[in-house]
Amino acid sequence: MNKQVALEMRGVSKYFGSLAANKNVDLDVYRGEILAILGENGCGKTTLMNMIAGIYFPDSGTISVDGKEVIIKSPKDAFEHGIGMVHQHFKLVDLFTAAENIVLGINDGSNYNINEVNTKVLEIAEKYGFNVDPKKKIYDMSVSEKQTVEILKVLYRGADILILDEPSAVLTPQETEKLFEILRRMREDGKSILIITHKLHEVLSISDRVAVLRKGEHIATVDTATTTAEALTEMMVGKKVELNIDRPEPQNVADRLEIKHINVTDAEGVKVLDDITFTARAGEILGIAGIAGSGQKELLEAIAGLKQLDSGEIIFNRPKKDLPVSFYHKTFAQVTALAAEGKFHYEDGTPVDFTGMSHSQIKALVNDGKVLFNEDDVMDLCDKTPLQIRELGVRLSFVPEDRLGMGLVGNMDLIDNMMLRSYRKGHSIFVDRKKPGDLAERIIKELEVATPSSHTPVRRLSGGNVQKVLVGREIASAPTVLMTAYPVRGLDINSSYTIYNLLTEQKQKGVAVVFVGEDLDVLVELCDRIMVICAGQVTAMLDGRTTTKEEIGLYMTKTNVSTDDAKEGNDNENT
Amino acid sequence: MKTREKRIVEPPFHVVKRAAMPVWQSMLIRVAAVVIALLFCSILAIFLIDADPIEFITTLFEGAFGSSRRLWKFAKDASVLLCIALAITPAFRMRFWNIGAEGQTLVGALASVAVAIYLGGKVPEWLLLIIMFLAAVIMGAIWGGLPAFFKAKWQTNETLFTLMMNYVASGLVAYFLLLWTPSGSSVLGRLDNGHLPVIGHEYLLLIIVVLVMTVIAYVYLQHTKQGYEISVVGESENTARYIGISVNKVIVRTMIISGAICGIAGFLIVSALDHSITETTVGGMGFTAIMVSWLAKFNPLVMIGTSSFITFLQQGSAQITTNFNIDSAFPDMVVGIVLFFIIGCEFFIGYSLKFRKKDNKKKAVDAPKAEETTDKEEKAQ
Repeated sequence: MNKQVALEMRGVSKYFGSLAANKNVDLDVYRGEILAILGENGCGKTTLMNMIAGIYFPDSGTISVDGKEVIIKSPKDAFEHGIGMVHQHFKLVDLFTAAENIVLGINDGSNYNINEVNTKVLEIAEKYGFNVDPKKKIYDMSVSEKQTVEILKVLYRGADILILDEPSAVLTPQETEKLFEILRRMREDGKSILIITHKLHEVLSISDRVAVLRKGEHIATVDTATTTAEALTEMMVGKKVELNIDRPEPQNVADRLEIKHINVTDAEGVKVLDDITFTARAGEILGIAGIAGSGQKELLEAIAGLKQLDSGEIIFNRPKKDLPVSFYHKTFAQVTALAAEGKFHYEDGTPVDFTGMSHSQIKALVNDGKVLFNEDDVMDLCDKTPLQIRELGVRLSFVPEDRLGMGLVGNMDLIDNMMLRSYRKGHSIFVDRKKPGDLAERIIKELEVATPSSHTPVRRLSGGNVQKVLVGREIASAPTVLMTAYPVRGLDINSSYTIYNLLTEQKQKGVAVVFVGEDLDVLVELCDRIMVICAGQVTAMLDGRTTTKEEIGLYMTKTNVSTDDAKEGNDNENT
Repeated sequence: MKTREKRIVEPPFHVVKRAAMPVWQSMLIRVAAVVIALLFCSILAIFLIDADPIEFITTLFEGAFGSSRRLWKFAKDASVLLCIALAITPAFRMRFWNIGAEGQTLVGALASVAVAIYLGGKVPEWLLLIIMFLAAVIMGAIWGGLPAFFKAKWQTNETLFTLMMNYVASGLVAYFLLLWTPSGSSVLGRLDNGHLPVIGHEYLLLIIVVLVMTVIAYVYLQHTKQGYEISVVGESENTARYIGISVNKVIVRTMIISGAICGIAGFLIVSALDHSITETTVGGMGFTAIMVSWLAKFNPLVMIGTSSFITFLQQGSAQITTNFNIDSAFPDMVVGIVLFFIIGCEFFIGYSLKFRKKDNKKKAVDAPKAEETTDKEEKAQ
C-alpha cells in the first residue's frame, strides 16, 4: 500500500497555565491505517486529539490535512476537513432516533428528509457491517448501540479521519471484537483511524502503528508488528514495568460479609437488584463482572448503607475471635453480662469467670487485654446508615465509581479530603487538621501522588492521582471490608498496577476485598472468585483461577437465569 | 473534499484557562478593576452631570470619610451590612440560596420591639435586653429554619420560599405598627426602653460586637466540625451522604443559625440604632449582603473589606447626589458599574487571552522546513 499522508502535525504545543499538555508534537497519520495513541494518564493523548477535532486550539504549531496547512478552531471546521471524533462520553439526545441524532447539526442547505437520512444511514451501516436500526430511539439502546450511532454520526458527515477515544471501555469482549472488525473494514476503505486506548493487548491486535506519548511529548511511533507489550510499556512509562499481577493464595479465609437475598428498587420503581446472594470472604478478592449498569453500583451502595433495601439481609462477621475485649465499644455491664454467658476466654484457653472478682479487678483484666472473645461478632447491617455502620465499629471502606462526585470533594484540598472519614473523631467541636495532614503527606509519598502540595484542590489532580488519594484514604482506615468500583477506570498502566498491588496487599492483610471491574483480563488475573451479574441478578460464581474471559462474557449477557442455577454455582464454589 | 476550499480564518486570540495565580496578582487585577470602574464613572459624570472628574472622585471619598460624623456613619452602616452578610454566609457556603435575610432580620427587629413595648418598664433594663435578644434570635431562627425544614422534608425550592417569607415579614410589621399606633398613623415613636448601653461613641459597641461576631463566624466555618460539614454538603451532597453526614440535619441546623444571626442583626438595629421599627428598617440590606458575602468568596474576614467597600460606594455617591443636585438614581448607577467591573475582572483571573504570533505563522507557511529545524533546535535545548 502506498503511504499517503492524511494528517500531519508539526511542533504542536498546548499549555494549560504553566503545564504543558503537549510539547512540540510531530505526528503523521497515513491513509488507510489504524494508528493507536498510547500513553500514561494525563500525558496529553486526549488533548492532542481534541486539537485535531477542534475542541482546543493549539498554542503553537501547525496541522496539515492532505499536505495543506489548515486551521481548526471548532468541531465544525474539523468536519470540513473530514475529521471526526467519537468521544468517550456519548453526546446523544435520548428522545431522538438514531437517524435524527446523526443528522442533528448538519446544515448543508438541502431540505431535511428523515427518510433519505434513514436510507443513507443504512447504506453506510451496511458498507462497514454495523448493525443498527435508524428509527430506534436512543433511550432504548444498549451502550454499544449508542457507540455505533456516534461512529455513524461521524461517518455520515463524510469524515475520513476518525478519532476514537477509548472505544472499548464500555464494551464486552464480544462487542469489542465486533467493533474492531468494523474498524478493519474502514481501514480497507482508505480511512485513517486514530484510536486512544489503555489496553495494550488491544493496541497489539488492532493497530498498524503505535504513537507513544509521555508527559506531553511524542516519544516514538513504531510499527505494531515489530513491537511487544513490554517494549511499549517501557516507552510510555520511561522505565521497565512488571505486567504480571501477583495473585498469592488466600490465607486464613473466613466468611466476612454475607449478603442474603437482597432486593433493591430504584426511584423509578425499576428493580435494580433481584435476589442477590453471595459471601465476601476475608483474605480474598471477590471480583464482580457485568455490563455497565447491571446493578454493580446499587449493590455496593446497598451494602454501604446508601441504598434502602426492599428485603434481604446483610450480615457482617466482625473478626473478634481470640481478640481482646475493650471498653471502647462495650460498657462494663455489657462485658460482665457477656462473661456470665461464657463468651470470653483467657490466653491459655480457659473460660473467663468474673464471679467473686471486684470491679477494679475486672477492669484491670480487660484493660490489660487478658480477656479474649470466643467467637466473632455477628451483626446485621440492614437499614443502617453509613454513620450507624461506622458507629457499630464496622470498618467498611468504599471506593465509589464517582470519585469526585462521591468519594472526594473536588474543590477541597487533600487534607480536607482525608478528613472526610475521620473528622468526627474526638469530642472537641473543632476539627483537627494535623493528623489528616500527616496522612495526606504519607499517601503522597507512599503512593507517589503527583501534586504541588497537600493544599492543592483534588480536582486539579489527574485521574490517576485522584484515585490514589481516594484509595489511599480508604485503606488508611484499616478496613475489614474494602469495596472498590472500577478503581482503575481511566487510569494508566502504572497507576493501575499500583492499585492492583494495593488491593492484593489488603487481601493478604485479611481484608475482604470486593472489586467491581470492567477489564475482564484483569479480573481473571487478579480475583480469587468472580461473581457475574446481569440485570441485577447473579448469573454465575466462578473460580478466578480457572475461568476464562469468554466464559465470563457469556454469563454477562445471560438473562432469565433461574435463581437456582446461580445458587447451585454458588454452592459448588463454596465446597 | 470539494468543500475544503473554504478558507478558515485564524482567530486573533483564544481563551486559555490559567493555572492558579498568586494572591497578590489577583488582588492587583481587582484593584485595577475598581480604579478603571471609577474612571469610567467619572467620565460618565462629565457627560451626564457636567462634573469635573477630580471633583467627582474627591466628593466620593469626602462623602464617605470627609468628617468624623461621616466616618462613624460609614463604620456603622458597614457593620450592620457585615452582620447580615455574616448571617447568610453559612447558608451560601452550603449552596442554600437564602435570599430571605431581609425578612429574617425584620422579624428579629419586630420581636425586639414587641418585647420592649410589652415588657418595657416592667422588668429591669438588663433583663429586658436579654429577653429582646432571645426573642429576636428565636424569631430569626424560625424564619430561617422554616424554609430549610420544608426543603428537607418536601424538597421545596429554598430561593422562592425565603423570598416569600420576606413579604410575610413586612406584612407582619405593618400589622403590628397599626396595632401599636392607636391613632392609625403607623409611625412608631422612639422606644423608651431597651437601649443598649453607650460606650465611648454611640456606635462603638455595635461595631465591636459585629467584629467579634465576624471572628467567631470565621472560626466556626473554617475550624469546627459543623463548619466542615457545611462545606461538604455545599460541595457535594452525594459525598456528604457517602461519609454519613445527615444532609437534612445539616441544612436545617445551618439555616437556623443563619436565621438566628439575622435575628441578632435585627436586635442590634433596634436596641443600638433605631429604637423603633418601620417596614423598611432593613432597607434592602438583606440583598446587598448577598453581594458582600459573594464578593468575599464567603470568607467572613474578607467580608470586612467588601462590606466597607460597598458602604463606601453607597455613602460616597449619595454625597454626589446632594453636592451636584442630581437624581438619586446616580449612586445606584455608580454601585452597579463598579460591581460590574469587579465581577467582570474575575474572568481575567481565571483565564487569559493568548495571541498567536503573526510572524511565526508566516514562517510556517513560507518555509515549513525552516520551522522544523528550529523546532528541533528547541527540542535539543
